[in-house]
Amino acid sequence: MKNLKLFLPVIVFAVLAVFMWRGLYLDSRTLPSMLIDRELPDFELRTLELGDQLATVEDLPDEPFILNIWGSYCLPCLQENPIFMAAREQDLVPIIGVNYKDTDNAAREWLDINGNPFTLNIVDDTGRYGIDLGVYGAPETFIVDANGFIRYKHIGTIDYRAWQDEIMPVVRQLQSENQVAGS
Amino acid sequence: MSVSSTVTPGRRLQPQHLLACLVCVFAMWVMFSPQAQAQAPVDVYEFETTEQEQRFRQLSNDFRCPMCQNANLSSSPGGVAADLRREIYRMIMEGMSDEEIEAFMLQRYGDFILYRPRLTLQTVLLWFGPILFLLAGVWIARNITRSSGGRVEATDETERETAVTLSAEEKARLSRLLNDQPDADNPTNRS
Repeated sequence: MKNLKLFLPVIVFAVLAVFMWRGLYLDSRTLPSMLIDRELPDFELRTLELGDQLATVEDLPDEPFILNIWGSYCLPCLQENPIFMAAREQDLVPIIGVNYKDTDNAAREWLDINGNPFTLNIVDDTGRYGIDLGVYGAPETFIVDANGFIRYKHIGTIDYRAWQDEIMPVVRQLQSENQVAGS
Repeated sequence: MSVSSTVTPGRRLQPQHLLACLVCVFAMWVMFSPQAQAQAPVDVYEFETTEQEQRFRQLSNDFRCPMCQNANLSSSPGGVAADLRREIYRMIMEGMSDEEIEAFMLQRYGDFILYRPRLTLQTVLLWFGPILFLLAGVWIARNITRSSGGRVEATDETERETAVTLSAEEKARLSRLLNDQPDADNPTNRS
């Protein structure tokens, strides 16, 4: 008992050290999403492609797809664009854009200049749908499965490494799940 | 002034010091003044009752901005904060209760949005950790004072013993030393 008391400072130090060491590597900038494994929230919004016709979840692919929150004002989105373009050219996975708090004209111009990797661009100019998605700034990227459930969320820029190590493994897994369910 | 009376002649209070003090005080005044804190964006929302307005203020103070993270919704200039304030306004005007609005926020942004975290298994340490630390501190302090209290008595005893064992000659030498006279018995000591 006496010996244990002697080691108390060391024990306290060890416990604190573990907590603080972990704390060093916690990323407080990215919030855990509340929407993982929940259904993609409903919407009824304009798109850049369909004119006056409003789009709903029914218009989204019935296979796994990527939902990317972007804006023409968003510099990291520009960084992501070549990766998405390559994915579209190779037909890896459909990418749906949510044009978040932007104007149609600026968005169209941006897509003309930089290329359009999106099969559909949902217009969320007020940011209201973004709130339903728990979005707090572009870019944010969701991976949605064939049943319309959100399965993964990436906050911030998707660079080549994030695409290879995070996004594509999830996409491939969902695609194989979908094939098993479909056969 | 008590401050000036303690200043030794060699280090008199210079005008520069006073100026520095004034600059510091001014800087703090600027930092903590309401104007500096209130970078707060002003929304123009019309309320039907003052109760609604108060609830709006309360709620946008209590929710944390998910983008700026160290600001609440009411003080954050971030885009999503403005959107969320607009949503709070809409929900208040639609007659939703504070609990329903909180549920709306929680469903989308999670516990993070609350400045006052809910009491769950994960937040138990957060809520009661400080009390635990305080109790531990009190316990440690009590142990230290108790054991050192014993030690003080011990030193008292040794002191008494030394006092007794001093011979008359030693006493005389001690008083000489205390009066700062040269120590005749041990002259090398003073070189």
